[in-house]
Amino acid sequence: MSIQTQTPQTPQGDVQRSRLEDVEGVVLSRVRPTTGRPALLLALGALVLAVVLRLGLDMHVALALVLSFVGYLGAVYAVYRHLGGPRVAVDQVLRALVYFAFVCAIVPLASLLWTVVAQGAGRAFDPSFLNQTMNGVTGLHDQDYAEGVGPFVGGAYHAIVGTLIITGLATLISVPIGLFTAIYLVEYGGRNPLSRWIRFFVDVMTGIPSIVAGLFAFALFVQLFGPRDAKMGIAGAIALSVLMIPTVVRNSEEMLRIVPNELREASLALGVPQWRTIAKVVLPTAASGLASGITLAIARVIGETAPLLVAIGYARGLSLNAFEGPMNTLAVYAYYMFTKPLSPAVREPSLERAWAAALLLVLIVVALNLLARLIAKMFAPKTGR
Amino acid sequence: MSKRIDVKDLDIYYGDFHAVKGVSMTIEPRSVTAFIGPSGCGKSTFLRTLNRMHEVIPGARVEGEVLIDGQNLYGKGVDPVDVRRQVGMVFQRPNPFPTMSIKENVLAGVRLNARRISSSAADELTERALRGANLWNEVKDRLDKPGSGLSGGQQQRLCIARAIAIQPEVILMDEPCSALDPISTLAIEDLINDLKSDYTVVIVTHNMQQAARVSDKTGFFNLKATGQPGQLVEFDTTQTIFNNPSQKATEDYISGRFG
Repeated sequence: MSIQTQTPQTPQGDVQRSRLEDVEGVVLSRVRPTTGRPALLLALGALVLAVVLRLGLDMHVALALVLSFVGYLGAVYAVYRHLGGPRVAVDQVLRALVYFAFVCAIVPLASLLWTVVAQGAGRAFDPSFLNQTMNGVTGLHDQDYAEGVGPFVGGAYHAIVGTLIITGLATLISVPIGLFTAIYLVEYGGRNPLSRWIRFFVDVMTGIPSIVAGLFAFALFVQLFGPRDAKMGIAGAIALSVLMIPTVVRNSEEMLRIVPNELREASLALGVPQWRTIAKVVLPTAASGLASGITLAIARVIGETAPLLVAIGYARGLSLNAFEGPMNTLAVYAYYMFTKPLSPAVREPSLERAWAAALLLVLIVVALNLLARLIAKMFAPKTGR
Repeated sequence: MSKRIDVKDLDIYYGDFHAVKGVSMTIEPRSVTAFIGPSGCGKSTFLRTLNRMHEVIPGARVEGEVLIDGQNLYGKGVDPVDVRRQVGMVFQRPNPFPTMSIKENVLAGVRLNARRISSSAADELTERALRGANLWNEVKDRLDKPGSGLSGGQQQRLCIARAIAIQPEVILMDEPCSALDPISTLAIEDLINDLKSDYTVVIVTHNMQQAARVSDKTGFFNLKATGQPGQLVEFDTTQTIFNNPSQKATEDYISGRFG
């Protein structure tokens, strides 16, 4: 028995290498040069179409826009297929879809910002609004103001202060716990069972509904102080830190993980103990990322309403003591002003207060984000020669 | 300032994986010893056991003895931190601390250990270490600039300055030139020659010419097959290894006939 191998038949005679397009069954798509001008013209045309549909046929704005966008997609495909070939046409269509997705994402955001600014700016920077609390302000004042007999009274001073105190306390609680947990996970735990469990529970905690965190804090303080005196600022801070710790752990873990291992080894090889390596090499190298991660975690919880409604109650006046009695924050303040206007008959002044508080909250979050960038820049490893 | 290293029957494991088997050798003080061999044969792993840096990798452990002037590195009660203060190390890729200036990098070993040092002593130590690493003239005007702004070769010499600033007995170098261009490589090789007069230098290299140029003794590591532990095949003077090796495998590797 002999083994026969069948050798593939080679093309006879044709030793010279042929070009790919000369091979039978291969069709290459050719691209002809094009410019962006037709796309621009078509976009203008689509815009005109949208206006016509809206005004001429009295269509809904959204429907008109979507219809003209679909028209644009078809037109741009046809035109570019003719000008540049199928690949260019597909490129243009996908480009249009990406821009469309971008616009879809940005429109609600811009609209939200615009609404908050438009509704809140009139009152938010009024010195009396920033300086006054709601102590002693009643629906009668609002009615007087609406009739033009009295001044606008009542502000959010206590809510601003309360927001800062409660979020500050929450940060004080969460940052050490979160940061040290992250250090354990990255530097000591590795992949051992304990750190796997910690990671699992941190992930679970990330998904805890905020109202549950609030109920947890309230229940805890009821156990400690009884139902009558349970509502206090620190309870809110604890509720917020339940929400904040997982974010801080996850952010910090990522940041510590991207510190190159070579730096740790360099430090250890110099005879530096591990805890000093972490404190003097790893943390400073990761500092900018850690700082911005923590700031973003703060921004995430500063607008929480539900847990604070449960845990801190609602104070009309200024309360600086987080360990006794109800407090107020901007988010809770806005919620109350909106749902329970001082004077049910004259809602306007209360709504104005709610919008102003919302604007202040947005401004604080924006300021925190800018601060995070600033800190990141300050701590960033220096370069230059 | 330099000490002799005796290695006796050293076996290295990563978890269950037997990485290096049965290494015994004596490294003389004030000499340069080079380790060569194919990738994955355990040269770097072995080098890292000489200052217990392999312990940084979870699951790594050794059996056997490493004696530095008669004292066992793996004896009971020996602190790895103390070992590393005696046995410095330079890594494959230059790794100056990005948050520190050139001067702070040189003084890192002192400052990170929070030993007290007066500013005049710090200046003196910086200059001595940078001179020792042949870098002083290039950086003396910009000691306060970040170390990451230097070129790759300068960064590597900065790392050597950082290693000699803590005045170790032994300096280990793990492929110190593999990320550098030929001119920087030459500068490092010259430096290794200078360091020999004060320190015991052990270097791992993939470049056989480099081993031939800088070392007094050479060890050839090899492994029989993938998954098998690496072994020290031959250890002799560099002259002998390159001209008249006693093992066939060494000769094959040196002459490029290997695998």
